Amino acid sequence: MGYKAKFRVWRGEGGDGKLEDFTVEVNEGEVVLDVIHRLQATQAPDLAVRWNCKAGKCGSCSMEINGKPRLGCMTRMSTFEEADTITVTPMRTFPVIKDLVCDVSFNYQKAREIPSFTPPADVRPGEYRMQQIDVERSQEFRKCIECFMCNNVCHVIRDHEENKTNFAGPRFLMRIAELDMHPYDVADRKDAAQEEHGLGYCNITKCCTEVCPEHIKITDNALIPMKERVVDRKYDPLVWLGNKIFRR
Amino acid sequence: MERHEYDVVVIGAGGAGLRAAIEARQQGKRTAIICKSLFGKAHTVMAEGGAAAAMGNVNSDDNWMVHFRDTMRGGKFLNNWRMAELHAKEAPDRVWELEAWGALFDRTKDGKISQRNFGGHEYPRLAHVGDRTGLEMIRTLQQRVVALQQEDFAVHGDYEAYIKVFAECTVTRLLKDDGAISGAFAYWRETGKFIVFDAPAVVLATGGIGKSYVVTSNSWEYTGDGHALALLAGAQLINMEFIQFHPTGMVWPPSVRGILVTESVRGDGGVLRNSLGERFMFNYVPDVFKDKYATSEEEGDRWYTDQANNRRPPELLPRDEVARAINAEVKAGRGSPQGGVFLDVSSRLPAAEIIKRLPSMHHQFKELADVDITKEPMQVGPTCHYIMGGVEVDADTGAASVPGLFAAGEVSGGMHGSNRLGGNSLSDLLVFGRRAGAGASQYVDGLTRRPAVTGVEEAMAEAVAPLERGGGENPYELHHELQRTMNELVGIIRKAGEVGDALDVVEKLKERAHNTASTGGKIYNPGWHLALDLRNMLLVSECVAKAALIREESRGGHTRDDYPGMSPDWRRKLLVCSAPPDGSEVTVVEKEQPSMRDDLITLFDRGELSKYVTEDELAEYDAALAAKKRES
Amino acid sequence: MTQTTAESPARKQRAQLKVRTLRTDRWWLAPALTFAGLMAFLIYGFWATFDASYFVEPYIAPFSSPCLATSCPEGARFLGLAPFGDWYGLPPGLLILGLPAGFRVTCYYYRKSYYRSFWLSPPACSVAEPHKKYTGETRLPLIIQNVHRYFFYGAIVIGAILSYDAILALIHKPAGLGTWILLVNAALIVAYTLSCHSCRHITAGRLNHFSKHPLRYRAWTFVSKLNAKHQPLAWASMFSVMIADFYVRLVAKGVITFPFA
Repeated sequence: MGYKAKFRVWRGEGGDGKLEDFTVEVNEGEVVLDVIHRLQATQAPDLAVRWNCKAGKCGSCSMEINGKPRLGCMTRMSTFEEADTITVTPMRTFPVIKDLVCDVSFNYQKAREIPSFTPPADVRPGEYRMQQIDVERSQEFRKCIECFMCNNVCHVIRDHEENKTNFAGPRFLMRIAELDMHPYDVADRKDAAQEEHGLGYCNITKCCTEVCPEHIKITDNALIPMKERVVDRKYDPLVWLGNKIFRR
Repeated sequence: MERHEYDVVVIGAGGAGLRAAIEARQQGKRTAIICKSLFGKAHTVMAEGGAAAAMGNVNSDDNWMVHFRDTMRGGKFLNNWRMAELHAKEAPDRVWELEAWGALFDRTKDGKISQRNFGGHEYPRLAHVGDRTGLEMIRTLQQRVVALQQEDFAVHGDYEAYIKVFAECTVTRLLKDDGAISGAFAYWRETGKFIVFDAPAVVLATGGIGKSYVVTSNSWEYTGDGHALALLAGAQLINMEFIQFHPTGMVWPPSVRGILVTESVRGDGGVLRNSLGERFMFNYVPDVFKDKYATSEEEGDRWYTDQANNRRPPELLPRDEVARAINAEVKAGRGSPQGGVFLDVSSRLPAAEIIKRLPSMHHQFKELADVDITKEPMQVGPTCHYIMGGVEVDADTGAASVPGLFAAGEVSGGMHGSNRLGGNSLSDLLVFGRRAGAGASQYVDGLTRRPAVTGVEEAMAEAVAPLERGGGENPYELHHELQRTMNELVGIIRKAGEVGDALDVVEKLKERAHNTASTGGKIYNPGWHLALDLRNMLLVSECVAKAALIREESRGGHTRDDYPGMSPDWRRKLLVCSAPPDGSEVTVVEKEQPSMRDDLITLFDRGELSKYVTEDELAEYDAALAAKKRES
Repeated sequence: MTQTTAESPARKQRAQLKVRTLRTDRWWLAPALTFAGLMAFLIYGFWATFDASYFVEPYIAPFSSPCLATSCPEGARFLGLAPFGDWYGLPPGLLILGLPAGFRVTCYYYRKSYYRSFWLSPPACSVAEPHKKYTGETRLPLIIQNVHRYFFYGAIVIGAILSYDAILALIHKPAGLGTWILLVNAALIVAYTLSCHSCRHITAGRLNHFSKHPLRYRAWTFVSKLNAKHQPLAWASMFSVMIADFYVRLVAKGVITFPFA
C-alpha cells in the first residue's frame, strides 16, 4: 500500500527560509503529521514541528497544507493524489521560530486582555443552578482547542500586520461572546468588544468558520450575535431613545 | 544565563500543575509554571469521560464513603487509603470551585451539574461536558491563571508579578542544597538557551510515562520527566509496576493506534463483541465482582434505564479486567480484522443520540479512521494509558521525602493503588494539585533561609552533551527500540523471563543513550530534545520492569502470567524504587503498607474484605467493628 | 506568554513566502460565480425598475409591489392606496425598492459574498487581499451596516405584502401558473427574511436565560434552524424573485399567453 510522496516543506529559522523538497514513504491510513515525523526520524532530525495529542484535541499541530490552514494530525494522506506535491508551511500570520513552528504569543496576549469570567459576588461555589439550554451556546465555544487557525486565516491580521494591536481575532471575540452569553457573567462586555477588541474589523467573510477543526460556527453563533448585541448598545436609535426616555 | 527567583516552581501545566500553581499564588507565593508544550495543551485535554465527585446530583444516595469504597475496590485495596479518603471527601468542592471559575458542565433537569455512569463507580458520579471534560478543565484552570494575572496587573501593573508561565521549557534537573530542593535547571525549547530557577519548593505535575510504549494514548510529553527528576533528586517511587492499559484504544489506522476511545461509549450503552458476535465480557467477570454485575444480556440492558433494580453490564468492569478480557479474546483468535474487538454503539442508540452524547468520538472516528460510529462498530484494543505508580508522597501535603519536593497528579503514586477508576484522575488532579500547592506554600513559609542553587554546571554539561558529540546513535532509533521492548515484554501480560529480557535491553539502551548525538543547532531541535528525554524514559522503564519482576502476583495493572492469582500477603507490600543521582542503577525494596484507619476499614463488609486481606488483618477488622458497635 | 524574556530572539518575522497563496485548488471559482450571480441580479433589477409592464390582472411583479404611485393601474394599487400624490412621476418600483435592496445589502450573508467577490477582501480564505489598508466595519461608510435590523423590519412588511399579492392571485386565478410562481416566491422571501441573523437576535438571541422565556426560546430554535440555511435561502429567494418578476412582465407584455399562464 505504501508509496513515495513528494513533499515541499518550509525550512528555516525566523522568517528567512525556503521550501525544501523531500521524497518520503507514505503508508495506508497515515496523516500529514505522520509523514512529517517520518521526515524527522529519517531525513531531517532537526525539523521543528509542534504536536501533542495526534487526535485533533490539543490544537498544537496547526500548519498550512497546500496553502490551507489545517491540523497536521487531522489531514489524511488519502485526501491527496499520489502524484500530488504536498506543500507544508508554517502559519502565515505569526512570526516563525523555526520551520513549521510559529511564535503564537499574540494569542496569549490577547487572551489576557479580555476580562475574565465575572460571577455575581453573592453566589458561592456549589450554588450555581443553570439550565442546559442556557449553557449550550457558550459550551459550543468552549469546544475551542486553541489551534489559533481562525486567527491565522483571518485576513484582518493575516494581510494587515498593523491591525494586530486593535483586533483580538475570531478566537478571542468568540471568547467575549462566550462570556457575554454565560448565564452567570455580570460584566458588561459590549462596548469593549467593539472599541477595544475590534469586533467592527470583522467583515464576516467566515474564513474562521471554514477552517475551524472543531466545526464551531464561529461567525454565525458567536461573532454575528455579538455584533447584534453591540448594535443593541451602540447603534440602535430606538434603544438609545428608549434609554434616554425611560431610564431617567 | 537566564535566572529567575520564585517561591514555588510548578513543573507541568496540566490539571494538577495549574491547580497547584493557582493555590500557591492564592496563598501569596510567587509562582512559576513550567511546561514543555504551549500553555493549555497539556495532556489533560485528552481526558474525556469526566471528573468523579460524589455530589449526589443524579443519585442522592451517593456520598464520599461510597466513592471511597469504589476507589479502594478499583485499586484492589492497595491504595494509600488516606489519599483515597481525602480525594472522595474533597472532590465535590473542587468541582464546584471550577464552576465558579467559569466551567460549564452539562446540567441536570434541576440545574445542577449532571453526572454520568462510569466503570467501577456505583452511582452516576462523573461531572462532565459531553466527552471533552478534560478540555473544559484545562481551559477553566488556564483562564483562572489568567484571571489571577489580571488581578496582579490591576495591583502591580505587571501581569506576571506573581504567576508566570514558562511555556515550551523543559526541566532536566532539580537542584539541591544540603539535601533540600533549591531550584530547577531547564532549557527553552524555542532557543535552546538554559535557564535556572532559584526556588525552595518544586511541585512536580508532569504526568505519566506512556511514551515508553508503542501503543499508547499518551502524547510525546509523557516521557516520565517528573518520575525521573524525583528519582535523581533522591525521592522514592512506589507502585511502578502498575500500569493501566485502557481497554479501548483505536487499533486502526496504524498512525493513530492507541488513541483513546472514551469509556463513556460503554457507559452510554456501547457493548463489546468478538468476531463471533458474542458479548464476551459476560465470560470474564471475576469472582470478587460476581454479585455486582449482570449475568445476562437482558439484565445488563435493563440497567441503563433502571439502575435500582438491575446490576450493571460487565462492559463496565474496572479497566484492567476489560483490557485483559479483550487481550484474551484477540489471542484466542476471536478478534476483529485489524487486531482488536468490536465496540458497538450503532445498534444500541439512535444516530442523533450518539452524536449528541459522544460528539468527539464521532468526530474522531470520522476524521481519523473514516468510520461512522452511528452506522458501524468501532474496532478497539488495549492501549497504555496511565501509570498508577509515582512519587511517594505525604497524602495531606503532597510532600516527597526530599524537603521542598512535592508531587501531584499522575506523577504521584498511591492514590489509585493497583488500578485507577475512570474519572478519578481528573478529580485527583484537582484535589491533590490544590494540596500540593498548599503544601509547598506552607513549606516555604516555614523556611528560615533560602537554600542556595548548586549543581548548575553539571546540569548544563549533561544537557549539551548530545549536541557536542559528533557522530553517535540516532535518538529516534533508541526510542523505538525501547517502546517496542516495553510494549512486547512488559505489557499487559508479563512473564518473569520476558521482563528479565526487557531489563537486559534497557540496560544496553542506557549504555547506548550515553552516546546519542543530535545534529542541528539548539533552536527548536526535536532530535536534541528527544535525546534528553531518553534518560528519563529509560530510568522509568527500569523501575517498571524491576518492580514488575519482583511482584509475584497479579493485581490491577500488573498481570503476571506465571502468578495469575491475587495474594493477600502482597497486598500489604509496596515496592519502592530509588536511584543514585547519576541514575546508574535503580534499586527496589519492599515496604509495608500501613493498616487502614478503623473508621475507614469498617466501611466495608467482611465478606468483601476477606477476598483481599490476610487473616491477621481480618482479625483487626473484627476488633475494629466490635469497638465501633460498642460506641454506638 | 511564550518567551517574553530579554534573551528571546527578536526574529519577529513571518515566513517570507513571496506568493499570494499556496492554495492549489480552484479557490477563485466560488467568488467568480458569486460575482456573476450578483451582477446578473443587479442588471436585471436595474432593467426591471424602469420596465413599465409590471401588472397584469391578477399578477403584480414583485419588484414593483407594493405599487403606491398614482401612475399605478387601479387594480395594481396596494389596498387601493396612492399616498404619494400626482407630483411623483418616476417608476413606482423606485418608491419601495430601497427596503428589500437595503435588507439584502446589509444582510450578513450578502456582506460576506460581496466583500469576497467584489471587494476581494479576501477573495478566498488564505488568499491575500489586494488592499493596503483595512478598517472593516469600524468607520463610515461601512459602520452603517449595523442598521440591518431596521431593514429587517421593513423586509418583514415587504414579505407580508408579497404574500398578500400571491394570495390575491390565488383567489382570482387559482389555476394560474403565475399564481404558483408568486406563491413559491413569497414563501422563499419570507423564509429568507425570517432566517436573518437580526431576526434570530430579536427573537431570543439577545437573552442570556432561555429557560425563563420558553416561547421566545422556541421561536429562536426555529429561526436558528432557518438561519443555518441563510445562504441557500438568500440565493433561492434572489432567483425566485427574478423569475417571478420576469414571468409577470412576460405575461403583461403578452409574450406568454397560454390559457393557464
